[in-house]
Amino acid sequence: MSQPDFSHDASRTARGTAFRYLFMLCALLSILTTVAIILTLLIDAVDFFAQVSLVEFLTGTRWSPTNEPIAFGVLPLISGTLVITVGSAMVALPIGLLTAIYLSEYATDRQRSYLKPALEVLAGVPTVVYGYFALVYITPALDTILPLSTFNGLSASIMVGIMIIPMVSSISEDAMSAVPDSLRQASYGLGATKFTVSTSVVVPAALSGIFSSFILALSRAIGETMIVAIAAGQTPRMVDLTDPAGMFLNSIQPMTSAMVQIGTGDIVGQGEAYKSLFAVGLTLFVITFVMNLISEFVASRYREVYR
Amino acid sequence: MTNEQMTSSETESTDDQPAPTPGTDGLVDSADAGAETATDRTLLEARDLDVYYGEEQALDSVDIEIPEKQVTAVIGPSGCGKSTFLRCINRMNDLVDAAHVEGELLFDGKNVYDDDVDPVALRRKIGMVFQSPNPFPKSIRDNVAYGLKVQGKDENVDEKVRTALERAALLEEVDGQLDSSGLDLSGGQQQRLCIARAIAPDPDVILMDEPASALDPVATSKIEDLIEDLAEEYTVVIVTHNMQQAARISDKTAVFLTGGELVEFDDTEKIFENPEHDRVEDYITGKFG
Repeated sequence: MSQPDFSHDASRTARGTAFRYLFMLCALLSILTTVAIILTLLIDAVDFFAQVSLVEFLTGTRWSPTNEPIAFGVLPLISGTLVITVGSAMVALPIGLLTAIYLSEYATDRQRSYLKPALEVLAGVPTVVYGYFALVYITPALDTILPLSTFNGLSASIMVGIMIIPMVSSISEDAMSAVPDSLRQASYGLGATKFTVSTSVVVPAALSGIFSSFILALSRAIGETMIVAIAAGQTPRMVDLTDPAGMFLNSIQPMTSAMVQIGTGDIVGQGEAYKSLFAVGLTLFVITFVMNLISEFVASRYREVYR
Repeated sequence: MTNEQMTSSETESTDDQPAPTPGTDGLVDSADAGAETATDRTLLEARDLDVYYGEEQALDSVDIEIPEKQVTAVIGPSGCGKSTFLRCINRMNDLVDAAHVEGELLFDGKNVYDDDVDPVALRRKIGMVFQSPNPFPKSIRDNVAYGLKVQGKDENVDEKVRTALERAALLEEVDGQLDSSGLDLSGGQQQRLCIARAIAPDPDVILMDEPASALDPVATSKIEDLIEDLAEEYTVVIVTHNMQQAARISDKTAVFLTGGELVEFDDTEKIFENPEHDRVEDYITGKFG
């Protein structure tokens, strides 16, 4: 009586190995790209810092890469980014959070089935469309009540805020939907209203997810380029704490739009101005990277354990 | 005047206005409220109560009179509607979109399904303990204080928290660590925490939906002792699938059988020793269900 044959099939084994390497290659590709980008940024930034001191770059309050007198102080650009971030946060965080509470706690299945796709459409609008919308509609509308420049931080940050609302609302809603229903029941059973259930049980229990959504959305706002390049202007301006409104009413220049200006401008050769592109890029990268680290930390540190 | 307390006029008093203090606000007449001994006064009464989930009928014309300050057990096989009945009493079924109730459910003579009844106000008179322990991800203190804060009973919160924990036979075990998370307790302790949370605002009724089904025998026995003590002050309605438990702790027993029908309701002794209906006897003796 012959034994059954369980021996290796050469072609099957070979196919398995081939697929394994194909999948691994794809996974490696994105890692390699990231590493390459960081390296490029670093190498050119190091070149730049050989000519302009790091201290001057980080503490200088004037940014003028092409016009005499040349100055490479990044603070005005960080100021611009800060204005856009704060402005968009004031729009997106409350609206996004309240939208998430509505979707998760109040909306009927039918209402949710209309609202969620609508929010996804909002997330899918090309940012260049948002940019021109801010420039052509929001600025003129606000101009009727505020002394606005044609290019200004206010309409750009409102527009960026609207753009990131879906990020806040969808990630926050996921976190709230994950709160066990037994907690809501306990709260209702004690005579809580829907509002109390939402604010005293659901939101606190979902806080880590909500916080992550805030940070991810703000990272997105910091990196947003097209809207600010079109609507915010090209004027590097330091934050003036005695006149915070000035940053919103006038033309500003966040880091991203400064990079666009350098990249698309008529800069010749590989001079300091060109290299400054990479120094600003690296700064931007470090900021968003730190934000993502914070988000990861908060999500893992404050995640509620429900058993 | 007793019915006023449940009407929608109280909707506004969610967080800030103090609710009327127990004892004077009374769904219970003040004359009876002083009496500590078990009475046979009916506190809850269902009249021809039907419940539907969409097309499906979960309760079929239930009539029952639940006495004040006694333990009433509700038993029956899975899907017989016993939990549905419990959730009718504090209108938790309102949270299920498809649920639909017909007939009357009287709390101290007032139909809780009347249009002018606000379920939020109703639930403040009725504490509820669920099948598996569901403490909030908050400290022990905040868990017990939650109902007090929600109901605006803001004065002497710490004292009330301690009293409730003591009544729930948990204070000794958690004294000195009231600020640690309720989720760090064992399952049995968590369930007693949930009982403390339910009784802290001093309701008239406590509903328990299989409160010991997720617990081990030792923890179950503690909960059972506790339930008997609670009946000195509260009207307790407990759903259980465990017939021995019903026999041990209840004064009255209601037997629901398939189809949401209340087949028999009587003194627990009578039900377990000499039931009127053969179907109930078959169920009790394990021939069916």
